[in-house]
Amino acid sequence: MTDNLFQYLLRLGDDRLVLGHRLSEWCGHGPILEEDIALANIALDLIGQATLYLKLGAETEGKGRSEDDLAYFRDAIEYRNVQMVELPKGDYAFTTVRQFFFDVFSYHLLEQLQSSRNSEIAGIAAKGFKEVRYHVRHSSEWVLRMGDGTEESHSRAQKAVSELWRFTAEMFQADAVDRAMKDEGIGADLDAIKPKWDSVVTDVLNRATLAIPSDPPAMTGGRRGRHTEHLGHMLSEMQIVARSHPGAEW
Amino acid sequence: MSGAEVLDLLRNVKDPEIPMIDVVELGIVRDVSFENDAVRVDVTPTYSGCPAMQVIERDIVATLRSHGFENIVVNTIYSPAWTTDWLSEETRQKFRDYGIAPPTGAASYAGGIAELVSLRRARPTIECPFCRSVNTVEKSEFGSTACKSIHFCNSCHQPFDHFKAF
Repeated sequence: MTDNLFQYLLRLGDDRLVLGHRLSEWCGHGPILEEDIALANIALDLIGQATLYLKLGAETEGKGRSEDDLAYFRDAIEYRNVQMVELPKGDYAFTTVRQFFFDVFSYHLLEQLQSSRNSEIAGIAAKGFKEVRYHVRHSSEWVLRMGDGTEESHSRAQKAVSELWRFTAEMFQADAVDRAMKDEGIGADLDAIKPKWDSVVTDVLNRATLAIPSDPPAMTGGRRGRHTEHLGHMLSEMQIVARSHPGAEW
Repeated sequence: MSGAEVLDLLRNVKDPEIPMIDVVELGIVRDVSFENDAVRVDVTPTYSGCPAMQVIERDIVATLRSHGFENIVVNTIYSPAWTTDWLSEETRQKFRDYGIAPPTGAASYAGGIAELVSLRRARPTIECPFCRSVNTVEKSEFGSTACKSIHFCNSCHQPFDHFKAF
């Protein structure tokens, strides 16, 4: 039970930490000033949410680790995020489409988790839900603008949708941990989220004149620690200061 | 010293990003209680990743310590989630005086995905804090801090921040 809860909190935390870090890579490189600021803001929200879940996770584990220990001193195979969030940031269309796919998932996930029987998860989710509302607004609006924009923006957005599509199913794949948490009234019902995600994503992609790929989503394994080659590279950059100077403060 | 007196003391602690507002009126400090010889301050974060929270917690401890408290516990609570609905009219006026448009409307959310995906969604009319004109336009939902959005006043041609209803 405790181990299931710990694993569940790692999933919630790692998805947001890894995606938040990928977004933070845009800081100073955004296509326009407002978007640079927007992505840094969203990155901050996601890393803030990750901190809360990992802190709770570390307390649940009860081995004296902190949220920082979990973030900076775990290797890639110990990370439990879905593979989609660890992919390199790509161009702005790729970042935006990925963010949209994740935001719509996170919106429905946190909507459910607000009524988790674990009051701490419920409280953290309630706060995060308010943030994800404006994250979805931001990413969906840009998917519409880019898809239904110029020839160039359309082709880039379509390429991003095609590349990312096979990674999307992993978000909804429930394993023993998800089922146990759902049965205890702590976790979310991923099966119930899938049709809602499909409905919103289909609606937005249609209006953005973007085609939904027909190839079956295939990439999975992140929840078991099986990642793409990209996560290790990302972590080496994210973790180097903490590992080079353990215990350092400023 | 009573809980109410400690709360009064904590009105000296300001939000570093909006220094005219103290942490009690902002709703970050939720409660003060005493356990044995310790004073416990319940706080709730505004946004999940707000970097000001660490500074605020440090300032709370420093303020109480300078008034003779030795055993201070700052306890973070998440429920109920912080909302700008808690801000009084007096506090909202302080925002205006500082050049920031206060939150407009309630943060409550009726639900429904249409609001999330439409470029034509209804946006609240934000009043310019300088000239009170409502002829303003939202430039970006994301500003210098997580809690603010960027607007422009077409009447007095001033850009301004808006403290988002959240």
